Amino acid sequence: MLVIIDYGVGNVRSVTNAFRHIGADITVSCDLKVIQKAKGLILPGVGASGYAMQKVAPLAKLICQEARAGKPLLGICLGYQILFDESYEMGTYKCLGLIGGKVIPIPPGRTIPHMGWNFVEPAGGMRLFAGMEKGKHFAFANSFYAEVQDADAKVATTEYEGVTLTAAVEKGNIFGTQFHPEKSGNDGLNLLRNFVRICGVS
Amino acid sequence: MLTKRIIPCLDVKDNRVVKGINFLNLRDAGDPVELGARYSAEGADELVFLDITATLRSKKTIVELVEKVAQNVFIPFTVGGGISSADEIGLLLRSGADKCSINTAAVKNPNVLSESAERFGSQCVVLAIDARRDIHKKDKWVVCIKAGTERTDIDAIEWAARAEKLGAGEILLTSMDADGTQTGYDIELTRAIAEAVNIPVIASGGAGTLESLLEVLDKGKASAVLAASIFHYGTYTIGQTKQFLAQHGIPVRPA
Repeated sequence: MLVIIDYGVGNVRSVTNAFRHIGADITVSCDLKVIQKAKGLILPGVGASGYAMQKVAPLAKLICQEARAGKPLLGICLGYQILFDESYEMGTYKCLGLIGGKVIPIPPGRTIPHMGWNFVEPAGGMRLFAGMEKGKHFAFANSFYAEVQDADAKVATTEYEGVTLTAAVEKGNIFGTQFHPEKSGNDGLNLLRNFVRICGVS
Repeated sequence: MLTKRIIPCLDVKDNRVVKGINFLNLRDAGDPVELGARYSAEGADELVFLDITATLRSKKTIVELVEKVAQNVFIPFTVGGGISSADEIGLLLRSGADKCSINTAAVKNPNVLSESAERFGSQCVVLAIDARRDIHKKDKWVVCIKAGTERTDIDAIEWAARAEKLGAGEILLTSMDADGTQTGYDIELTRAIAEAVNIPVIASGGAGTLESLLEVLDKGKASAVLAASIFHYGTYTIGQTKQFLAQHGIPVRPA
């Protein structure tokens, strides 16, 4: 069983719909025992980092403990951004610190938010992109992005009006996507299938 | 490179998709759940669902129908029509919408935009503008509300710029003069708004030939095109549309 962690920050329904559509054994919960028993965790979220960290606080210790013990964890959008050390969205907020790096604004001078489908190029060997090694389009909706400062992390990138933005990250059993795989059509569903396989439950 | 988006629009009345001309003479175009699933699978880039009776009857958007449509839609999904508060946006987001579009409520109380952006992020706050040409002045358009039934004195360009400052993350711009006529988008209006803001503008109203889509994405500087009749009645498929645009140098996600 995989668990979508429901900490009260948006898009749980969309993520659940997508995992159900691909036939994954999935449940939505914020119960500590359910999270402990899960074969894999999904951390969704839309909105602002500070608010998300405040909402996730009661579960933060457990999520980090499980991820450090090797349980696959997939952060999506805001759930991805809070995997890093800190975020500068409307203030400075300490985040989960599972991956080295910080979340900063997309440089001004271009249309913001970065909204729509952009081409994502993964680094070699990213398991989340198995079968999509040459890159695919995924759906974005972000004004901030992560600057990864972690030698152990593999990074997928996307080009946006002259800047290179981090689109996804992978460090051992910890995965994250700035884009929304649950809203990225068939390629997004394939990425979620890859995560289900990584969790060893398919 | 960010691609230009092709967005089918479901205008929904009494649980059916309908389409009219200049917001009137509605005719049936199918089941919203079926059409939504089809467009998602065929490679549409987003889906818009507008409850076109909501403001007139002052009833809430049909949450249950949104839930059903969302179950089979794996592309960004915007819901609009009669949304009056940030609380309602919260309800729709929990029901499976990714973004919500607001028109009348934002005109009457612009704080709805800032409050919604603070609570849910700008990326899910879409300002819908139904604009009509002011026949007395060149290059001037006024904002209409209540599903096009009430004209205001508000200048559409000024309103778009103000809405961006208040926290709108995107503008869904419909030319009421062109809507449903299939004679082409209002290029001047779209370009004027796109140049006045830094957020994406979705052009709507008037989609006819594939050239008309190309024109508004290119000359009109729109980030996305919304169309209803040409897709519902099978004039073009999403795939044909994208192929045509790609051949003419517009970056699109392959369908």
